[in-house]
Amino acid sequence: MEKTVLEIRNLTKRFDGAGVLNDISFSVREGEVIVIVGASGCGKSTLLRCINRLEQPDGGEILLDGKPVGGGDMVAVRRQIGMVFQSYDLFPHMDVLGNLSLGPVQALKRPKAEVEAEAKAALARVGLADKLHALPRQLSGGQKQRVALVRALLMHPRMLLLDEITAALDPEMVREVLNVVLDLARDGMTMLIVTHEMRFAEAVADRVIFLDGGHIAEEGAPDQFFHHPQTERARQFLNTFEFDSIKKS
Amino acid sequence: MDTEFMRKFLPMYVKAAGLTLRLGAAGILLSLVVGAVCCWVRFAKVPVVRRVAGAYIELARNTPLLVQLFFLYFGLPKVGIKLSAETCAVTGLTFLGGAYMAEALRSGMEAVDPVQNEAGLCLGLTPAQNLRFVILPQALATAIPAIGANAVFLIKETSVFSAVALVDLMYVAKDLIGMYYKTDEALLMLTVAYLALLLPLSIAFSLLERRLRHAGFGRAV
Ligand SMILES: Nc1ncnc2c1ncn2[C@@H]1O[C@H](COP(=O)(O)OP(=O)(O)OP(=O)(O)O)[C@@H](O)[C@H]1O
Ligand SMILES: [Mg+2]
Repeated sequence: MEKTVLEIRNLTKRFDGAGVLNDISFSVREGEVIVIVGASGCGKSTLLRCINRLEQPDGGEILLDGKPVGGGDMVAVRRQIGMVFQSYDLFPHMDVLGNLSLGPVQALKRPKAEVEAEAKAALARVGLADKLHALPRQLSGGQKQRVALVRALLMHPRMLLLDEITAALDPEMVREVLNVVLDLARDGMTMLIVTHEMRFAEAVADRVIFLDGGHIAEEGAPDQFFHHPQTERARQFLNTFEFDSIKKS
Repeated sequence: MDTEFMRKFLPMYVKAAGLTLRLGAAGILLSLVVGAVCCWVRFAKVPVVRRVAGAYIELARNTPLLVQLFFLYFGLPKVGIKLSAETCAVTGLTFLGGAYMAEALRSGMEAVDPVQNEAGLCLGLTPAQNLRFVILPQALATAIPAIGANAVFLIKETSVFSAVALVDLMYVAKDLIGMYYKTDEALLMLTVAYLALLLPLSIAFSLLERRLRHAGFGRAV
């Protein structure tokens, strides 16, 4: 039985009185990949942002390796949880190497030469060895997101939170980014992934969580969820991805 | 044109230009400090102080420097505070410039995408590290053109210093016209003197701006 990395207990979050997350509880084991799906606005991003306190939860508890998150040193917790967003969030005034080494050198106080050597090797693994000194604006969307993934990985986090990292990409670039994530999953990286790419979700997930109305409406193994959904809401949601069901009139 | 006259009084202009430059530079640097503090107070949303900073900015930007100077030089002694003419000049210039610099810095801060702040925090940077390595470099790059324009504007504003009996460029020109009636020569030299001060400043800021843009900073053009 693997260790539990992240445990979420009865998490609630309201915006202006409206409940966005209601009593969410689940845990993530070491090496596990959980994919969170649900309709737009159901609270997927809010859930991820509560985990590393970009949003302040209104109730419940979050434990990282058994220790409560929040109420203290959030900086230390964020160093253990990597996050990549949908929008390209590389630092535009630094080249790729600068983007990659800022966190390890400044936050972790590691020696610069050592970090840069590691950054070079990591960049080569995602096929961007020649982009070491490129500026973010000189990269394609897919290249930027791969650099953003490497930037998060160089912090050697306990787990990664990925929020629709391919949503703003052209279709031909989605693949190159998702392949990196699949490699990470194979290497045993613990991840919480929000995505609208259902084929990818099925391929990468150990477990799927379906959010609806601020609750976990369904939770299960990917082949069960995608092929035999238990709830009516999940069936409706999955149907929106089935173009066959749209009849020509 | 009386070139003999011009040659004779050139040293007076040079000396006055030195004063203009010295007081102007002091005012610009202090303005940046005041502006940075105001900007910080507003972004950190410090209660009350933030409103005071807002009120100060409106007051300073909507009153002429000459009036501010008269207040410092002629008004304050009435309540027992007597400042030297130079102190009044630098204080007045800083009072005016601080408000303009605060606005320039604010526009720079506002141009930084909020997601940049979150990206830095997610990397485990402390808020101070985030400000230093992620936010400020981008904000300053955007603010540089406005800061440069303010610097030039403030040097030009020093031309009212003669009103508090400081022997600046304007004072020298007015003096020479009054004494010798060489209006054309005195004004020509005055114009050239201001150009000699301000052109290099403008060019320096343009070069800086271009370099930052070339380095991929900011979002200009
Ligand atoms: N800062 C905020 N202030 C107020 N309401 C917010 C804020 N952030 C999110 N919300 C609301 O909370 C709800 C959940 O938003 P969230 O971004 O978590 O949804 P999501 O599932 O990630 O959607 P999408 O798939 O479109 O990204 C939405 O109704 C949204 O309008
Ligand atoms: Mg979202």
